[in-house]
Amino acid sequence: MIEIENLTVSRSGAEILKDVSVKFGAGGITALIGPNGAGKSTLLNAIAGLIKPEHGRVTVGGCDMISARPPERASHVALLAQNEHVTARLTVRELVSFGRWTHHHGRPQERDLRMIEEALEAFDLGPLAERRLDALSGGQRQRSFVAMAWAQETPWMLLDEPLSALDPRHVRGIMDRLHELTRPGQGQRSIVIVLHDLSVTARYADRIVAMKDGRLVTSGPRLLTMTGGMLSDLFGTGLAIETVAGRDVVVPS
Amino acid sequence: MKLWLFATLTLALLVGASCFIGVAEVFGADLDGQMVMLVSRLPRTFAALLAGGGLALAGAVVQMSVQNRLVEPSLVGTPESAMLGLIVITVLAPGAALMVKMSVAAGAAMLGTLGFLWLARHVPRKDPVLLPLVGLIYGGIIGAAVLWIAWTTDLVQYIGVWQSGEFSGVLQGRYELLWLVACVGALIWLAADRITMLGLGEDAARSLGLDYRQTLLAGLVLVSVIVAVVVVSVGSIPFVGLVVPNIVSRWRGDNLRRNLPLVAWLGAVMVLGCDIIGRVIRFPYEIPAGTVFAVLGAGIFLWLLYAAPRRAHG
Repeated sequence: MIEIENLTVSRSGAEILKDVSVKFGAGGITALIGPNGAGKSTLLNAIAGLIKPEHGRVTVGGCDMISARPPERASHVALLAQNEHVTARLTVRELVSFGRWTHHHGRPQERDLRMIEEALEAFDLGPLAERRLDALSGGQRQRSFVAMAWAQETPWMLLDEPLSALDPRHVRGIMDRLHELTRPGQGQRSIVIVLHDLSVTARYADRIVAMKDGRLVTSGPRLLTMTGGMLSDLFGTGLAIETVAGRDVVVPS
Repeated sequence: MKLWLFATLTLALLVGASCFIGVAEVFGADLDGQMVMLVSRLPRTFAALLAGGGLALAGAVVQMSVQNRLVEPSLVGTPESAMLGLIVITVLAPGAALMVKMSVAAGAAMLGTLGFLWLARHVPRKDPVLLPLVGLIYGGIIGAAVLWIAWTTDLVQYIGVWQSGEFSGVLQGRYELLWLVACVGALIWLAADRITMLGLGEDAARSLGLDYRQTLLAGLVLVSVIVAVVVVSVGSIPFVGLVVPNIVSRWRGDNLRRNLPLVAWLGAVMVLGCDIIGRVIRFPYEIPAGTVFAVLGAGIFLWLLYAAPRRAHG
């Protein structure tokens, strides 16, 4: 359970998050939606404990993320930030193994090595494992980073727009995989993900958290919360939810 | 395995060459060969290896820390800051012990590099060439302050010594401080994973559980000590920290745990090689190793900029 109470975050004088209070239940995929500049990335960073808020509280599984030490933070939450560039030229396997760093601090054990291989397999990276990141396509690189976050083996994964630069096949591949991970069972994860594609949101999200101008607009189960009217208000443009071949898609109205 | 064999062989070959090339004949009749070897040739060889290896490691750390492939200590104002510390302590306490001077230089190098890191936060990252340009100007300003102080206090000749890395003056009893570089190198190797993680970017490194600020600061201290020791004992050698990590990165990637020994090795053999070239090219006169490396380094740097695909950010 992630609990956020009265969270206010400012940067260079401007309030980016204004008194946000919201709870995320464990399990499932929670989609964070809203127009550009709504504060979605900032909220993710705050949950991961990477930003000091003006005031407010953030706890993940009972751990106060604002005062927690880095290793403790990293045992509760894996954050995949939007990364534009990475200086280190690593192979995919090397990158994924850094996901385990907080577990082994440079001395990987059997379990670490196994998790690395599982992560590579889970995200179809086996054939690419020895390739360097800068020799990959944008989509392949993105999958590598998701695999790194997964290998961290935290109860919560926070993914900031992991689908940008992915073609439809890879979007589906990653989302199907994430969906499986969040089903009840052994090694179940809870995922908070920033999504821009509303049809993907409609298809995969279990819960919605909608934000605008640094404030929480609404949150709740997708089926109850995500309506054409809510989306139109949120994005300031006419949107409707239609059912095509048994699936919800979001279209301009 | 073959790589290690090759590395050991080149190192042995160059060390051998370095011990027997020079104006004084080791096997000559007029001088005691053993003494030449112990007092001059071996210390000179070690000094070149240590300075070269240390500067290359420092370059790798700086590149990961600011996430830019095109920087090195002398492009972020570190040696200039060390010189500022040195000139100030030389003016205030001319008779201070070498260790004191080195500590002051290291402290100043640290402050100067911190200043650059602060500046770097405000430099847009879109164009990777911008950061080294800012660093060049920043170092230039500090260098100008050094020159002004030196000029008004009649100490300009010191600056020449600190600026051009040169090993002909290395004698037993006057270079041992450089062994500190080997200790710092070992510390850097221990922190190799953490330093690689700096190169993943602040957000990624922190969410992986790294104490980012602490690591950055520790890296900065290690780099400052290396640069200060090198400046104090043999003089600054630009480009080593830029060229060497880039070659190794292109060749074997950036997993520093695996590659730092290679970075140190390549820096050491290249600087020693340049020192040997400098000894023979105008025999019996000498050209400073720093000058030889600058010519070589400028060539390689231009190649990195133009011929090789531009991937300063990976």
